[in-house]
Amino acid sequence: MQIETILNNQRVTLEIVPDEMLADTLRRYGLLSVRQGCDTSCCGLCTVWIDGKPTLSCSTLAYRVSGKRVTTIEGVQGEAEEFAQMLVAEGAEQCGFCSPGFILTVLAMKHELKNPTEEQIIHYLTGNLCRCTGYMGQLRAIKKYLGVE
Amino acid sequence: MRVVGKGIAKIDGLSIATGKPAYTEDLAAANALVIKILRSPHAFAKIKTIDTAEAKKLAGVVCILTHKDVPKVRFTLAGQSYPEPSPYDRLILDELVRYVGDEVAIIAAVNEKIALQARDLIKVEYEVLEPVLDFETATEHPSMVHPEDDLFCNFDTGLIKEKNIASSQKVEYGNVEEAFEQCAVVVEETYYTQAQAHAMMETYRAYSYLDPAGRLVVVSSTQIPFHVRRQLARALQIPASRIRVIKPRIGGGFGGKQTTVAEIFPALVTLKTGKPAKIIYDRRETFTCSSCRHAMRIKVRLGADADGTIRAIDIDALSDTGAYGEHASTVVSLVGEKTLPLYNKTKALRFVAHAVYTNKMNAGALRGFGATQGTFAVESTVNKLAEALKMDPSEIRLQNLIKAGETCLPYEGKLLGSSSLHRCIQRGKELIGWQEKYPGKDLGNKVRAVGMAVTMQGSGIAGIDTASAEIRLQDDGNYTLLIGSTDLGTGSDTILAQMAAEVLETPLENIAVYAADTDVSPYDPGSYASSTTYVTGMAVVKAAEDLRQQILQRGAKFLESIPEEVEFDGKIITTLDGTKNIGLEKLAYLSVLGAGKCQLVGHGTHGSNVSPPPFIAGFAEVEVDKETGQVNLVDYVAMVDCGTVVNPNLARIQVEGGVVQGIGLALYEDVRYDQKGNLLTNSFMQYKIPCRKDIGNITVGFEESFEPTGPFGAKSIGEVVINTPAPAIAHAVYNAVGVRITKLPITPEKVYMGMYK
Repeated sequence: MQIETILNNQRVTLEIVPDEMLADTLRRYGLLSVRQGCDTSCCGLCTVWIDGKPTLSCSTLAYRVSGKRVTTIEGVQGEAEEFAQMLVAEGAEQCGFCSPGFILTVLAMKHELKNPTEEQIIHYLTGNLCRCTGYMGQLRAIKKYLGVE
Repeated sequence: MRVVGKGIAKIDGLSIATGKPAYTEDLAAANALVIKILRSPHAFAKIKTIDTAEAKKLAGVVCILTHKDVPKVRFTLAGQSYPEPSPYDRLILDELVRYVGDEVAIIAAVNEKIALQARDLIKVEYEVLEPVLDFETATEHPSMVHPEDDLFCNFDTGLIKEKNIASSQKVEYGNVEEAFEQCAVVVEETYYTQAQAHAMMETYRAYSYLDPAGRLVVVSSTQIPFHVRRQLARALQIPASRIRVIKPRIGGGFGGKQTTVAEIFPALVTLKTGKPAKIIYDRRETFTCSSCRHAMRIKVRLGADADGTIRAIDIDALSDTGAYGEHASTVVSLVGEKTLPLYNKTKALRFVAHAVYTNKMNAGALRGFGATQGTFAVESTVNKLAEALKMDPSEIRLQNLIKAGETCLPYEGKLLGSSSLHRCIQRGKELIGWQEKYPGKDLGNKVRAVGMAVTMQGSGIAGIDTASAEIRLQDDGNYTLLIGSTDLGTGSDTILAQMAAEVLETPLENIAVYAADTDVSPYDPGSYASSTTYVTGMAVVKAAEDLRQQILQRGAKFLESIPEEVEFDGKIITTLDGTKNIGLEKLAYLSVLGAGKCQLVGHGTHGSNVSPPPFIAGFAEVEVDKETGQVNLVDYVAMVDCGTVVNPNLARIQVEGGVVQGIGLALYEDVRYDQKGNLLTNSFMQYKIPCRKDIGNITVGFEESFEPTGPFGAKSIGEVVINTPAPAIAHAVYNAVGVRITKLPITPEKVYMGMYK
């Protein structure tokens, strides 16, 4: 079947099979930043934005984004790079496999929360697992990025 | 130093963080066959018949392979230098399946859906055998996990297949029983450390194809490209010269990718079909059918004089290696090797260990590699001894721990090259507030308390692993550093480039790093055993120094001088009298222009006869809820001696990440099976790794020492960081509520039951 969607600010028609998950569709269309780390919607790696909200693309049927805006990190390279530079300066990207999903969640948080406390930041990002960094360096980078202490 | 010691950002950081295609799956050809594996539903069974006829009829199925279609030569998947000390106890597909998840058939189809449909159509008849599931009774069990006649080990590691023993070892220094008799205090305890999953974010995956010359190319998320090539050659029975292994970026490893897990399946399919093939393990497969930390039972006996001088240590370890013996002997040996040298006032030591086969997923390498298990047991016992002697546990350590320039019984006269562990303890006590907080404070419903532990690891494998590095001066005056190590995300590529840049006095951006490809990279055993900074690092330093010498020689020749009379500042080669000079760029292009010229290439190979230990003093502050037994980690302080800190930012993240993995081991993570040998913890729903809310605050500090055998004085840092949280947290819990947890993880149930038993 075909669906129409706005993918990274471009109107596109995607050819999908009815039971296909969005993460698979996006990878098939060459958006290789979309990664999967679990089969149980626990890890947050596959996070993309649907109409601006961070959403797990591994457990969203592709047909559900018909008529909606889908954004991957490829679609917000400028904004993503600004934060990524701070993350990398801390050394807190490590293996980097979880970074795209994590960064998209951080950017969404910035849009959503005004002057978040440390507790709010941690709560917002709890669904984004990382096995390498121990989270502390990521938190330092986020605070720098948001200008909060 | 200009570059070494600076917190430089990782050279590939921005690209991988922003999602550029860099990992194995990103590089796989779109038309690659998709491989799925049919796996055993039984913990122990013999395959009587396999009927693949229906499955093969399915349109889109390209090949299905069973034990009848594979070479019958046994091998090991342990990533170790040849000849490996791990038993050759595997076939690609065996008639006997030894755990729930063991491979039965390989299915390759044009897409995933068809591969899965075909898998369901394969009919297998099993003769179900009685599995060995309890590692404590494995030696007496009537079933033999490996009854085969061709089970083989390169060394005598004490393998006794009739008793399900994969390895046995014993070391003794002095007369242990006599030493204990002379001790004023003797304490003893038995500990259980659980299996742990690596849980790296990128699951196992590999893809393969034939290059235009008909050679097999395997692209894999691996820590050990050269070992993978050798193992593939043996398992597939083709010459290694026909195989090329490429390692792109890898999404975490933690030792899991030191074992070859998935590579053989696409390689075999590509050889059989001539077509590209790929396999991506899902998370459930990764949890169920790869490897985990060896679960162990460790009995420790510790004897001391009345003044707290530790005189005798006796360790008896039993390790569960699961269905296959990867790293069975080497992991369990580190239980003793990385704990016994710490306390060096001893008169006698004994270490006895067995690793046993069971019908569970095989264990393998995991960050800490036995030192983690040993540290939990020995450090917990030292804390118990301190209590028996009514001493401050930090004081008993300061009194007994080995110092730089000293030796200990296991070192047999060799001296410890560097250590700042005593300073680490002092500084750690300050940072956690030990004087004010030890042992604890009752706050009513909750109790706050502190605990501590120390640890050591090694840097590389002494006398065995040797790495090479190569640096080319390119035609434009830039450098290419070729290495065979794997950057697991730790930033090792950056650190190695920093070392080269330091020697060549050039900015980091002038050095391109290429790792790793067995056709291109010089030999490196791979990234494990905390060896990359220390062993490969020294090879890089040697290669850079070699190239520097060549630049001086070639420069001198162009300047019609001799090498002793010219100098090189990283940009220009100048005669010492300052009269003549030539720029590096000019030297570079002149070196590749015209007849009779030769490109400058620096080579370095390094292996070490010692494995200098990095050290950590770890301090935990916990809050225990007396009504529920819930343990909250409030603060964790890790004071680290890794020699010279080559890159402070990357080193700090390494420590934080390792501490959190250690916190996971201490409080949350547990690989559990049901009574039939099915893995219960096969997803992140059941297997809990720490999330952001689980870790409290972590403070990291460095007390630099200078390791004379290391590059710029550096030692390792990758593994040592995981070892202290479990014993330090257990100690803090004891100081809070008087419950001595000897079986990890420290769950609220265990604490609560301990308080009210």
